[in-house]
Amino acid sequence: MGALAHLLDFAGWDRARVESLLETARMMEEVLERPMKKVPALKGFTVATVFFEPSTRTKISFELAARRMSADVVGFSGAGSSLAKGESFKDTLLTLQAMALDAYVIRAPVAGMAHQAARWLKGAVVNAGDGRRAHPTQALLDAYTLLEELESLEGKKIAIVGDVAHSRVARSNAELLPLLGAEVWAAGPVGLLPERLPGARLTTDLDEALSGADAVMVLRLQRERMDEGALPSLREYVAEYQVTRQRLDRAKPGAPLLHPGPMNRDVELEGALADGPRSRVERQVRAGEAVRMAVLYHLLVGRAA
Amino acid sequence: MKLLIKNARLVDGSGELGNADVLVEDGRIASLAGGDAERVLDAGGRWLAPALTDPHVHLRTPGQETKEDLATGLAAAARGGYGTVVAMPNTQPVVQEPEQVRALLDEARSIPGARLMVAAALTENQEGKKLTPAALLARAGAALLTDDGRTNEDAGVLARGLVYAAAAGLAVAVHAEDAGLRGGGVMNDGPLAAELGLAGNPPEAEAARIARDLEVLRYAARKAAALGHAPRLYVQHVSTARGAALVAAARAEGLPVVGEVTPHHLTLTEEAWRGFDARFKVAPPLRTAGDVEALIGALERGELSAIGTDHAPHTAAEKERDLENAPFGIPALELAFPLLYTELVERRGLPLPLLIERMTTGPRTALGLAPARLAEGAPADLMLFDPAEKRTVDPERFVSKARYSPWTGRELVGWPRLTLVAGREAWRDAGLA
Repeated sequence: MGALAHLLDFAGWDRARVESLLETARMMEEVLERPMKKVPALKGFTVATVFFEPSTRTKISFELAARRMSADVVGFSGAGSSLAKGESFKDTLLTLQAMALDAYVIRAPVAGMAHQAARWLKGAVVNAGDGRRAHPTQALLDAYTLLEELESLEGKKIAIVGDVAHSRVARSNAELLPLLGAEVWAAGPVGLLPERLPGARLTTDLDEALSGADAVMVLRLQRERMDEGALPSLREYVAEYQVTRQRLDRAKPGAPLLHPGPMNRDVELEGALADGPRSRVERQVRAGEAVRMAVLYHLLVGRAA
Repeated sequence: MKLLIKNARLVDGSGELGNADVLVEDGRIASLAGGDAERVLDAGGRWLAPALTDPHVHLRTPGQETKEDLATGLAAAARGGYGTVVAMPNTQPVVQEPEQVRALLDEARSIPGARLMVAAALTENQEGKKLTPAALLARAGAALLTDDGRTNEDAGVLARGLVYAAAAGLAVAVHAEDAGLRGGGVMNDGPLAAELGLAGNPPEAEAARIARDLEVLRYAARKAAALGHAPRLYVQHVSTARGAALVAAARAEGLPVVGEVTPHHLTLTEEAWRGFDARFKVAPPLRTAGDVEALIGALERGELSAIGTDHAPHTAAEKERDLENAPFGIPALELAFPLLYTELVERRGLPLPLLIERMTTGPRTALGLAPARLAEGAPADLMLFDPAEKRTVDPERFVSKARYSPWTGRELVGWPRLTLVAGREAWRDAGLA
């Protein structure tokens, strides 16, 4: 495959590209284990984090990733409301482009905004989450974490549980994990499942999804789903779909538990599970930094080469 | 001044009429057998048809002239072969008083493009609650009543509106989508919307509302019949197979309903959304290939008997917003004819007279206007087009203010070269001697 121009989603990706990127991430993680956590790989490059939707954690993760490789980093944060008022996000991007930037890490509230940005910008665009569409670095860090636990994803059953319909994390994982041979299941209440999720099997039966699962990924349940009417009752959700210790017993013994964060303890999962031995939530955060270093490296150095 | 259009191939909705030399005098077709004239134009064997009528355009005047104004909108229409367009009232302010209708018609008289007809709101501020004065609006020259741009949620108000409009001799046009089912949908609801992570507007939102409106029409027709009036319902931009089938069944039953279809719903599908580009954002949304096939079939059979562009210009910057905040609408006045000529006549073998009929007499009948025929004594509303010369769609060359297009780069034939409105030259291609 040719050099990676942008990371918008996994359309057109193959297994070799995923494995190569994750291999780079493993090298990057070695850097993070050193006392001096910095390499000169991206010296002279400038990375902008452009967040049209607030997300402290993802922003910090990308900024650290860029700095660990000696890139210069600038940040832009604009509230979603300014866009609703008609302020042009294209103009914002073009203004930033005039400042001679090399990569744009874009978080946006609406599906497709990263694709739109990639049409307008000369530099590399990294999709840090666009609406419900995609969150590719999250899926890459999930894959990284899962591979560390399971060694291979070939034939492995990965259960994704919760608000799948509104989840960019679910969409990106359903695109990515099958490239590594995984069998992805997505479970949730009927109002929170999409009509189609390419790469995944959909079911409203949580036990079916958890049964024999090699790993379980729990999604955040946003309370606004209740206001929209997509979910009639939080009480009912908790009763039917909360991932509990008891329900987790249906999965393979020791199956790791992942959550993209931020977590609503005792809503989508039993609170104590988050701190239990199966939880890989902190591991995911660390993996995120390494994966984002790898993505920036592939985009900037791969493109320059 | 007399004008002779020599060597033209005549076609109207009734069929191909052979070659003729058309003499235009005092705004009418004086003769189809030539004659002396001060000015002679050689059509070079190109097609001469009645000028088109567009029952559904947004000219954004008054209030949103950054998107379009009367001069650019009517010039764009004339370039597209249209002799007459009906401007929707969802302007700022809404067109709902007789004085506003007169003022628009007056202003348009000095503009050298297509002829303007004005639709007025059915309800105050198009809120669907309190009816506007149908008789006064009709007397001021309103051509149609509609809350287009909004949906008529109160069926009782719509029923009374149909009755009052009928008494005033006007049809009522509806944008038929159930607001609750439509929700915040930006594209067609279905597997693709789920895949792309975008909110869907289901085909059932249109079908449910058309079904309801047909019952409202049945009720209004029964009420008005006793007093000798016949309400007419015009269903704008039918976009689904199911919606077309509902209109067809109602017509077969004899209900006075006309269904409209747009060039974009006849030629584009939801697949365009894979590019995440708001140029394709329109309401009702682009549907599936199956819907396109059903719409073309319904157009052929006359179940959908009018083509309206729903020309809905916005600024380029507005169409470059994100996909939720970008406004709905596709500009099409300058392309509709060559697009449909290329796609339906050239590619699919649809008879040319049928396309002409759906773009002239179809909408005219719905509006209560005379059929468009090339006959001696008929108004010289004419359109000359070239079936052979290929041109690539280049929005930079549009006279409309909306210089973008979902069809950019498409190679089309059938471009209008001359448009006459009551014998007046509303548009002439520079290449035409």
